[in-house]
Order: sequence, then structure tokens, then C-alpha cells
Amino acid sequence: MSHNEQQESAHKPVKRKEMSRRQFLSYTLGGATAFMAGGVVLPMLRFAVDPILVKKEEGGFVKVIEESKVTAEPQQVGFKVHQVDGWYESDPKMEAYIAKGEDGKVFALSPVCKHLGCTIGWGGESPNEYHCPCHGARYTKDGKNLKVAPKPLDEYEVKIENGWVYLGPLQANTRV
Amino acid sequence: MFKSMYNWIDERLDVTPMWRDIADHEVPEHVNPAHHFSAFVYCFGGLTFFITVIQILSGMFLTMYYVPDITNAYYSVDYLQHQVAFGVIVRGMHHWGASLVIVMMFLHTLRVFFTGSYKAPREMNWVVGMLIFFVMLGLGFTGYLLPWDNKAYFATKVGMEIAGSVPWIGGYIKELLAGGTIVGAQTLTRFFAIHVFFLPGVLLTLLAAHFFMIRKQGISGPL
Repeated sequence: MSHNEQQESAHKPVKRKEMSRRQFLSYTLGGATAFMAGGVVLPMLRFAVDPILVKKEEGGFVKVIEESKVTAEPQQVGFKVHQVDGWYESDPKMEAYIAKGEDGKVFALSPVCKHLGCTIGWGGESPNEYHCPCHGARYTKDGKNLKVAPKPLDEYEVKIENGWVYLGPLQANTRV
Repeated sequence: MFKSMYNWIDERLDVTPMWRDIADHEVPEHVNPAHHFSAFVYCFGGLTFFITVIQILSGMFLTMYYVPDITNAYYSVDYLQHQVAFGVIVRGMHHWGASLVIVMMFLHTLRVFFTGSYKAPREMNWVVGMLIFFVMLGLGFTGYLLPWDNKAYFATKVGMEIAGSVPWIGGYIKELLAGGTIVGAQTLTRFFAIHVFFLPGVLLTLLAAHFFMIRKQGISGPL
């Protein structure tokens, strides 16, 4: 660039839309502040949302009752599962209603009401039906929802080995 | 977008004068490191506050996993540090920040002392600052017990013995602090309550007074 040209360009009016000093400073300062605040806050947020991001462990099968003892009438059977809840490990007692269906297959229903999670019972107030004491939900022997509840009872995966019934993870009802 | 959102609120509530009042103030040349680099010593108070904010935030998040109970406290800390994502970072911030806040506060106190900023009319702010210092020490002492490991337990025992050595009333202070005759379950819940509710409440009140006074009286003049 010759000396003349330089002179000329210095006299030319500025046409580009230039960033003002104030704008530049507020962008740099704002950016640096956001970066530092992010460095502090992001680890905390990741820390807080960890429970929804950890891999859920699928439970194995648990031996619960001899196949020969299962009748057409649902029976309440208790069994224990190993549960890891953060720093607390325990073996809570679970329950299932096990019965033989008309098709001769053994099935096991979860006693957790599909309305709002109370525990249902077989018979009692309403013979040959499951009944929930909280809001009066009713289910058939196969777990079909008759009243109040929006969905049929959940079913345990069932496996039969050497004459014993094993229960696996819960799944949606397959019988209705 | 932010501008129009701000304007919408400002039209209705006239918030501009409020934050202007807080944010717009003169920074004298003698406290501006851009003019005299040695003026960085005036940053220590702000740094103390910055770390205090980090302590409050990280502490809030830690209580999502921590439980103040003698059988579970250690395991919950172990879990949050080793099993939860970024647990080592969040607990690390709280752990190192606790020491750093004392360092920064000490440097801030030295600056105030050597620039003579505690002199009239700012004596009350010095006194409030000293109260903040003791509250911070209390936060450190009560927080140290919470992981409920050997170091925590024996540090608190030693602290209790020191409290117990006060003439006449030492025994009462000791028992009141421990919530009983031993360092145990009741000490842990008591220290937790003091650490997360009582002292932070006092701290925020004192900080408000500290900042109100510095704004009202202005920064002390150059040496």
C-alpha cells in the first residue's frame, strides 16, 4: 500500500457497521461471566439430575411357589427382592397374586392398583374380584379393570422351572 | 428478545431506577486495578462473597443426597461422591471453597486493617465484619462433622473439649453443643441444623448489613 492510498483511506467515511467499544466490552464481559457461571452451575445441575440418567437395573427371577400349589383361586404370595436405593440396600418384601387361568397357564398379578397405587386385595367385599380399599377400584381375576382404574393390573413375567414358579420383572397385562 | 421482555416488565413496574441505584456507582481510581495494579487487594472482599455464593449453591445441591444420620451420613457422602455424576466436583467445590473462603476473608481483613479502612465513620462495618468472621468459623466447625468419618468425629470431640474448658459454664456449653453428653446422633442433627439453617440465616443478614454500610459510606479514601 503506498503512502497516498493510506492517506486516502484515512479520510474515507467508515461505511462498515462497526461494533462500538461499549458493545464489544459488554459482549466479552458477558461471555466471560456466562462461561464462569456455567462452570459453577452446570456440574451442580448434572449432579442434581443424575437419578433420571442412571441405568436402571433389570431385576432377575425370584423363586416364589411350587407349581403344584397354584390353584384357580388367586393366592397371595410373598417374596423378597434385593433393592439398591442409593446408599441404602435392603430386601423388601413384595407380593403377587398367583393363579392358574382358564387356559391352564400360571400368571402372577401385581397388587398395586392402577388408579393411584394403593394395594388391592382378592375377594372380601366383592367375591371373585380384586378390590382396592382407597377409591373402590375393582378388577377381574385376570386383572381387567372394571371400575375406577384406567388400566388393567400389571403382570409379573413368569417362568416355570423344575416344578417351581419364578417371577421376573413387571410388565403390562397380557391377559386382557 | 430479552430487551423486549425487560421493557415489558419495566413499563409496568419501573424497575430500572431500582437496579440503577444498586449497580451504578463510582469506582474510585485508587481501588481500580486498571489504574494501579496494586489495587487488586481491594478485590478480596468481593472474592469472599463470590466463594460464599458458590458455598451456598453447592451446599444446596449436596443436601439432595446427604442425610444427617449416624448410620447413613458416611454412606450417603460416599455415594454422592463416588456414584453420582459430578459428585466429586460438587463436593470438591464445597470442601475447597470452605478453606478458600477463610483465606479470602483473612486477606480482606488484612487489607481493611492496613489501609486503615476500619476507622471512623466505618467502625460499625468492622464490627459486622468480625461477626461475619465468627459465623464463618462456626460454619466451618459445624460442617466439618457432617461427613461423619473419623476425622470429623475426633475434630468435633476436640472442639467440644475446648468449649468445655471455658471456666464455670464450659460444661453447659459443651452439653448444649453436643445435644447430650456424647458426640453422637443428636450432635449430628444439631450441627446439620446449625450448618444449613441457623448460621446461613445469620450470615445473610450480616452480609446485607455489611453491603448496605459500604454502599452508604462509600469506599475509604486512598492512603
